[in-house]
Amino acid sequence: MTASAIGRAMPRPEARRLVAGGGRYLDDHAERGELQACFLRSPLPHARFALDVAAAKTLPGVEAVLTASDLAAVCRPWRTESRSFPGLVSPRQAPLAEGRATWQGEPVAMVLAATRAIAEDAAEAILAEWEELPAVTAPEAALVPGAPPVHPGSETNRAWGATIGGGDPDAAFAAAALVVEERLVFTRHTGVPLEPRGALATWEPGTGALTVRLSHQMPHQMRLHLAEQLGLPVNRVRVICSDVGGGFGIKMHVYQDEMAVAAAARLLGRPVRWVSDRMEALLADIHAREHVVTARMAVDAEGRILGFDLHDLQGLGAYSVYPRSSTVEAISVVRSIGAPYRFAHGRARVDSVLQNKVATGQYRAVGAPVGCAVTERLVDKAARARGEDPLAFRARNLLRTAEMPWVNPFGAAQHGMDHHAVLETAKALIDLPALQAEIEAGRAAGRLLGLGLAFTVEYTASGPAVYGAGHVAVAATDTVVATLEPTGEISAQASITEIGQGITQGLAQVLADAVGVAPEAVRVGAGDTQAAPHGGGAWASRGAAIGGEAAWGAGRALRAQLLEAAGALLQAAPDSLDIREGVVTDAAGAARMTLAELGTLMLFRGHEMPKGVTPGLSATFHYRREQDVTLANNGLQAALVEIDGETGLVRVLRHWMVGDCGRVLNPLLVDGQYRGGVAQGIGEALLEACRYDAESGQFLSGTLADYLLPMATDIPDIALAHVEVPYAGSAVGAKGAGESGTCGAPAAILNAVNDALLAAGGGVVTELPIHPVAVLRALGRLA
Amino acid sequence: MLPPDEPLAEIACTVNGRRVAGRAPLRQTLVEWLRTELGLTGSHVGCAHGVCGACHIRLDGAVVRGCLVLAVQADGSAVETIEAATGPEVAALREAFVAHAGLQCGFCTPGMILQAAELLQREPSPSREAIRDHLSGNYCRCTGYHQIVDAVASAAAALQSGGVEGA
Ligand code: FES
Ligand code: FES
Repeated sequence: MTASAIGRAMPRPEARRLVAGGGRYLDDHAERGELQACFLRSPLPHARFALDVAAAKTLPGVEAVLTASDLAAVCRPWRTESRSFPGLVSPRQAPLAEGRATWQGEPVAMVLAATRAIAEDAAEAILAEWEELPAVTAPEAALVPGAPPVHPGSETNRAWGATIGGGDPDAAFAAAALVVEERLVFTRHTGVPLEPRGALATWEPGTGALTVRLSHQMPHQMRLHLAEQLGLPVNRVRVICSDVGGGFGIKMHVYQDEMAVAAAARLLGRPVRWVSDRMEALLADIHAREHVVTARMAVDAEGRILGFDLHDLQGLGAYSVYPRSSTVEAISVVRSIGAPYRFAHGRARVDSVLQNKVATGQYRAVGAPVGCAVTERLVDKAARARGEDPLAFRARNLLRTAEMPWVNPFGAAQHGMDHHAVLETAKALIDLPALQAEIEAGRAAGRLLGLGLAFTVEYTASGPAVYGAGHVAVAATDTVVATLEPTGEISAQASITEIGQGITQGLAQVLADAVGVAPEAVRVGAGDTQAAPHGGGAWASRGAAIGGEAAWGAGRALRAQLLEAAGALLQAAPDSLDIREGVVTDAAGAARMTLAELGTLMLFRGHEMPKGVTPGLSATFHYRREQDVTLANNGLQAALVEIDGETGLVRVLRHWMVGDCGRVLNPLLVDGQYRGGVAQGIGEALLEACRYDAESGQFLSGTLADYLLPMATDIPDIALAHVEVPYAGSAVGAKGAGESGTCGAPAAILNAVNDALLAAGGGVVTELPIHPVAVLRALGRLA
Repeated sequence: MLPPDEPLAEIACTVNGRRVAGRAPLRQTLVEWLRTELGLTGSHVGCAHGVCGACHIRLDGAVVRGCLVLAVQADGSAVETIEAATGPEVAALREAFVAHAGLQCGFCTPGMILQAAELLQREPSPSREAIRDHLSGNYCRCTGYHQIVDAVASAAAALQSGGVEGA
């Protein structure tokens, strides 16, 4: 038997190109004759405006200045709707705002010029009259009676709301021996992929074909939207996403600016390029996770969790993001509440409110970090109130594998997960007794040390029902086409997309095992709608769990075809043959012919093939998971932090994560996903915030000097361990891995900081990111 | 095409070992000039305001932020970009970044490698802390840095043991 490629820690061959400086990101492509675009964006959170573009148009080097009415001729507006969110209030949107801007940063005009610098000069030369309108930015202010409407004419700023739950929470809370309660505030932040968004659109005269290069996570989805908005046949639209410099959920939405680029290319018949600068990106990329959660948890006299009752106030921005709807994040928060634990009663009230800010949307781990932080803060508080070790309290309440499949009162389902194996693995990884001793010694020496824990459950690899039930055109099924080259290599095209996570390498390893070739002989391509089959792209940590199944199916189908052809040639029954390391063998392993010989015969010397043998060189597999709406993964994170008592700054000294993402395709890649995710979670806990001035509503985080990203010195080494419980419902058995690091890190850090504060006799912090001022206040060192 | 009133500057310099001469708008940054005029797209623009380090290039041997230098300032200088960056440190780092998955999307990687090479030239066996310090002006949004530190430490070890061919 040859060693399995699945599970091997293999470096990615593609990485060689990237370290050589050979990456080809959006801005590395050019079209002859292209125009450079820039946008005039609203400087105010809410304003009526009138534009005079005459002077701007006459500047040398300026080709055109376009406003809403110009683009309306070629681009239809869109509106976010979902049957999953009945009554959702989210008005129509066009590529450029018409007469009224509803968020600071909304594009109102577009300049096309010879260079970006000239386009920016011209944007400044547009005479704009702004009439400031009252704005709502804080979510609490949005629902206050008499609050100015984000969209004039609408009666309320409540875009959507619901009550979700089950059991009898009132009875559970009445009977509880202990009720703990907390109000946690989560400040918006954003994904900041290092490569900004952008678009390069080319209109082909005569045929009316449109080619758009994007830095995006889902080329096929964008192809449909571009065709629909621009009124083009879908098969005349091609979207190409080459190397993508990170996505994290930022690059999976329909943005006004990207649509405007395509519309302008069509209108002017010239290639048009626009790449977001960083200030635009911070202002106008989707933000995420603005929540005020008031939650309580009921516990019985034995320390068993009875239930949760919460209210989640979610800030949506001016629109619910298209097409998925920002409200998905609130649902994700609710599903994550109490998820690792046994409880029978739950009630969650959700209010998703409109604000004069950019839309929020699905950023890495969506609502799970919020739900996890709320849960784990309450769990710590309950353990402390009971005078109990927080790990012991958790262990008692953790679900057991025998209880699965488990559906909790919020409708969240788990199957086959082993939280206790995670716990035991973590104990071994962390060496708690030694760590406790270290903390005690440090505290005795006056250091403000704290340890925080967080169990995680994250719902990944969403199945077709998640968006399909809402009649939202988001594909959750995926396809791989695998082809034998006449040289014996395997080439494949996947509808899953590569955004730096390395999934094309993971899929190559799956295909290698499925066909019976060395992984080095497999290359998987993705990202070009002209080559790749239909499917969902990169979202919900689905590459391995869904794309892996498509790759397995395509590889097995190709293998069956090749064995049928080889059997006919060798006059052997196909099932008496095998393919190993690229060689067709008999059952005993003796070589009969190489795949190169077979491929050459099939492609170039077809006349030598026996009559009636039909298999070809390519096989397609379309994977659709029929059972289990999502695949939950689980894990535990722990953080050791130190507070500087003088400055209130928090330093993460060590961080641990144990994760179970089912079958690991390539540990090198999964480790990278975990660690990268943890770092984003640490950023969320301590640094990252999209802040708006409370009075003026002005955005205050417009540069990387204001929006703090974690640097190498902010993140400690992150120790990892894996528990591998394969998903039983699929061939490969993978679950999602890409977002679970982000899911648990904020909770672990929050608990660690509060552990340090409480040990020092202080109060607690309840707002993320944790600001040094809040820490000093909790310590009583600042009024 | 540039309009006639765009002020231009003459530039003559060495780029990746070759003499080049050309003109650039006065206000164009060096990284933009390299990317658009010379097609050297290995240096990236992550922020254009001097924070992220994705635009790192070598200017007369020193690692600088290409978004904070005007193209005209390179006149008379020797510029080296990731595409042709030489030296045993760069070679060792390239190998180690691949082996340790010290990159994911790769957008930060050229800047990281040039910055790390500068450290290894100076300090052959840096501690993990020293590596983190030296890379603190280069943002990576994907990796969480741990595997980048692994890669730099392993490149240092490989150089120390003589296991790397100079490029
Ligand atoms: S692009 Fe130069 S530092 Fe970010
Ligand atoms: S690998 Fe993506 S930013 Fe570093």
